[in-house]
Amino acid sequence: MSQPVARPLSKRVFLMGTCLCDAFYDDVARATVEVLEHLGISVAYPENQTCCGQPAFNSGDWAASRKVAKHTAEVFAGEIPVIVPSGSCAAMNRHGNPLQFEENPDPAIDSLATRTWEIIDFIFNGLGIKEWPGAFETPTRIAFHRSCHSRGTDTGKAVRTLLGTIGNAEVIPFGEQEQCCGFGGTFSVTFPHISGRMGSLKLDHISEINPDLLVGIDMSCLMHLNGLATNQGRQIPHKHAIQVLRDTLPATTPTPA
Amino acid sequence: MIGIQPIEEYARLISDAKQHSVIDGASSGTEKRYQVLHGDYPDPDALRKTAAAIKDHTLQNLASYLEQAESSLLASGAKVHFAATGDDAKQTILSILREHGVTSITKSKSMAAEEIHLNPFLIENGVECLESDLGEFIIQLDGDEPSHIVKPIIHKNRREIAETFRREKIAPDYNDDPETITRRARVYLREKYMAAQGVVTGANFVCADSGRIVLVTNEGNSRFGMAPVPVHIALVGIEKVIPREKDLAVFLNLLGRSATGQQLTVYTEFVNGPRSANQPDGPEHFHVVFMDNGRTDVLASNCREILRCIRCGACQNVCPVYRQASGHAYRSNYGGPVGAVLSPLLFGDRFPELADLPKASSLCGACNEVCPVDIPIPDLLLRLRDKAKREHVHSPAALPMGPFATLATSPSLWRTAMTMSKAMNHLPIDVAPIKPLQDWLGQRTLPPSRGGEFRRWFKNRKSS
Ligand code: SF4
Repeated sequence: MSQPVARPLSKRVFLMGTCLCDAFYDDVARATVEVLEHLGISVAYPENQTCCGQPAFNSGDWAASRKVAKHTAEVFAGEIPVIVPSGSCAAMNRHGNPLQFEENPDPAIDSLATRTWEIIDFIFNGLGIKEWPGAFETPTRIAFHRSCHSRGTDTGKAVRTLLGTIGNAEVIPFGEQEQCCGFGGTFSVTFPHISGRMGSLKLDHISEINPDLLVGIDMSCLMHLNGLATNQGRQIPHKHAIQVLRDTLPATTPTPA
Repeated sequence: MIGIQPIEEYARLISDAKQHSVIDGASSGTEKRYQVLHGDYPDPDALRKTAAAIKDHTLQNLASYLEQAESSLLASGAKVHFAATGDDAKQTILSILREHGVTSITKSKSMAAEEIHLNPFLIENGVECLESDLGEFIIQLDGDEPSHIVKPIIHKNRREIAETFRREKIAPDYNDDPETITRRARVYLREKYMAAQGVVTGANFVCADSGRIVLVTNEGNSRFGMAPVPVHIALVGIEKVIPREKDLAVFLNLLGRSATGQQLTVYTEFVNGPRSANQPDGPEHFHVVFMDNGRTDVLASNCREILRCIRCGACQNVCPVYRQASGHAYRSNYGGPVGAVLSPLLFGDRFPELADLPKASSLCGACNEVCPVDIPIPDLLLRLRDKAKREHVHSPAALPMGPFATLATSPSLWRTAMTMSKAMNHLPIDVAPIKPLQDWLGQRTLPPSRGGEFRRWFKNRKSS
């Protein structure tokens, strides 16, 4: 996945909240806002946003997904960065959309592509914050699942580095980290058995290092892994990286229950 | 309607033993590849990009490089044939063999030959045909199909092989010690090499500038096969041409490392025309058959990058779906990610039947990350999904997306759906007929819906 060059920076950004946060993980979107504001960035959340369109795109229904992409590009029209707490939705804006418009390029789609940032990439590479001024209360061993859609982007390294700078945190490598968690959106519906086996293997590898916390940058992967773990009677405390950043800040907004 | 996917079905039915073999073989391959490539090169990515650029350049100028390769080959004394289809290639090979009165050959591993089922064809036509690659030899004994590009028997364990050898009387008794198995195969094959009258090989590369063909093996079987016979036929896909010999520096360094984690394969053979007057042995007749068999169609398609493939199998090793389902699930000699792209394109008339292959992927992109020629396999899978949809190819993996698109482009409907915590009634997984959904929820618990909570929080804090 190519990195669009010269992505604009500004003190004002759009939040693309993702449909998963809209439906299930409101605290992740909230943490995104809280961290950005803590860093002096003001956040606008366009009310008309829906979903990045990946379900249709990945299913091959590009006529349908192009409509959704156009809607999204319209909702986020303008000059300012679009920040997403999801490597997958960021990859959709930055790579998937230009791909599905390759035969008829669209300036609004290209603009969205160049302005989109995955949240941790934005903090680390955009804002240049290379050390996180936070700490866990007790020593915390972290398993970081980088999520497949951050391959070929700067996100994985950004998260791994930033997490490592948090006080009391230790990021522990585990086996076959390049392997997918098995979610893949509609893939897990059409291939439930394979998807489940992939997820269980991932859980096995993570369990081997017995981490205190599983950290990801995509709630879809964490939802899948946790959904499987729950059914298998396994416990894996998990958080989105942006929640970790917020929760380790001193004297900031406490984590809601 | 979605139904059970063929690949999903393979994964459900695969035996534990077979699956363990595949997963073990594939993971160790992935691990070795990573260690060696990253140990030797500070930036393996740069090398991959160079390789991709050379391949793209060659493909863009394929006609002229093929012409150049042809004249170089002719100048070195080879005979050159062009075959438009697999059938043409088979007929050409058969008539060359007949012309030279050859009735018995050994064959070293060739994906192109597998692609057109050359072996059964030759056997039907009275040519005794022995696979000399150990893995392919075992496949032949078992009447099985290869399931991996580089390790055709990745799905078998040594106990099965020992049993095959005993059953087929290659060995006097059952012995599953790998070294013993190999020694026994060697004794058996040596005699056959000497008795054969011809050899069929593939080619990993054909250098347009020199006309040299390059073969890499770990067993030296093609070299053995060539030494005692008068006739050598190399069956080559037209995309195997590279411009210059010096490009081999890029490709050979990548191929061994990507395929098996070796810096170089054990044997790298350069064939420069038929045996010359001052050479003590080797075939005096050397034929090169360039085969198209759908490749120009692929070149004309929006998936042409797949023709960069150098058949290293790294994408198979790393692919989680391949690991679960095995190469056989892909129903052609090209399993895994490369096959999911190549097979539906190459076997154009089988597109509807194979249109499910590109869907059997979570689009995780591990294949692209390891591919030595940087093929954007997930993009190609997506383009093929789009093609299937546009061409109305029925596929059991097609979820209806119309309702989703309507919802996702109607903000007020969307918000209502979210706030009423009914999102799940409208998101795509729910429009699927009940069976897969049950399968999904049978293994996974969904988090409680908190639809609209974030929007409420964001709005309230603004007004406060
Ligand atoms: S697609 Fe790439 S990784 Fe897969 S076999 Fe071909 S060259 Fe190797």
